[in-house]
Amino acid sequence: MTERKSIRTPLARVRHLGAAHNGTGHFWHQRLTSVALVPLTIAVIIIVVGLLGRNHAAVVQILGSSPVAIVMLLFILTSVYHMWLGMQVIIEDYVHDELPKFATLLANTFFCCAVGLAAVFAILKLSFGV
Amino acid sequence: MVELTLPQNSKITEGKTWQRPVGARNVTAFRVYRWSPDDDANPRMDTYFVDRDDCAPMVLDALIWIKNKIDPTLTFRRSCREGVCGSCSMNIDGVNTLACTKGMDEIKGTVRIYPLPHMSVVKDLVPDMTTFYAQYASIKPWLQTTTPTPEKEWKQSHEDRKKLDDHYECILCACCTTSCPSYWWNSDRYLGPAALLQANRWINDSRDEATGERLDDLEDPFRLYRCHTIMNCSKACPKGLNPAKSIAEIKKKMVERQV
Repeated sequence: MTERKSIRTPLARVRHLGAAHNGTGHFWHQRLTSVALVPLTIAVIIIVVGLLGRNHAAVVQILGSSPVAIVMLLFILTSVYHMWLGMQVIIEDYVHDELPKFATLLANTFFCCAVGLAAVFAILKLSFGV
Repeated sequence: MVELTLPQNSKITEGKTWQRPVGARNVTAFRVYRWSPDDDANPRMDTYFVDRDDCAPMVLDALIWIKNKIDPTLTFRRSCREGVCGSCSMNIDGVNTLACTKGMDEIKGTVRIYPLPHMSVVKDLVPDMTTFYAQYASIKPWLQTTTPTPEKEWKQSHEDRKKLDDHYECILCACCTTSCPSYWWNSDRYLGPAALLQANRWINDSRDEATGERLDDLEDPFRLYRCHTIMNCSKACPKGLNPAKSIAEIKKKMVERQV
């Protein structure tokens, strides 16, 4: 890409700062969450279909019940973690300038934390009725 | 940020249409990318007409025919003309392949030829392979051992030798690497399919004693994990190899040594 500006040898440019010695955890977690999301997404679709046409009190009761709340929490945590990992890869793929890269990686983390926490909070509130 | 458009001086313009061979009845049109570092001109597409009755059947034969009979300035690499050296890799009819093993009959209508995608161009169809070769060198493509060298040879079972099949045949033509979108966006940090296939060749070698170190050197979000299994590499390989599978094998070993 833009590496030609350097007068370092090609091998020095390729070796750059060396291997980061990580990435396998990221790769593995992405696959793990993908597999977990298959049954979880099906379960959430069934739950949402079950909520159709019901009044507010019934929806609160269903979402607040322990088995449904646990499935919803698992789904939220898994999908938000998966989203965070996936968006990180996309940013690393396409955003090359250091400053925009760090800014978008930071925004990605903040966004996923906020969305995940808000959704978890909503389910817990329904469950414990505070 | 993201580069969505070509720089102004990279936009391809219409080039020269060279004269049809007089009296030829069986003619194939060639549209060929031209660019020279010697002037400030943009790249252009020249049109040539090849007399098929006077020319052997492969695309490389046609390029040599053009160079000999129409335009001696047309520049491209070639050597063995039988798919062994990997010199004449280029983008033919939208696919990276070797000009010497691609038959003109395999292409319908006009033959469109470009240099390998997303590489710096030295001239016409000649790409700059410097980084590609440095990436190959970076995976240390030689036997690494600590045990003193045996008197005769390093022994290997037939079974272990088989693990090198579908790897040693790679001719480093760069068709796979330059077909990979991940390599296009991150060629400075991602090693690319060819270098990773070669890395797996040495990881798989039962005689090698540096397997762990080799995996250590590859364990990196960019060097290895930029591969998103797009699979263009396996589709492009003119030798019928499967770099995507080799990369998957490396990733599998990475997980294996952790889980």
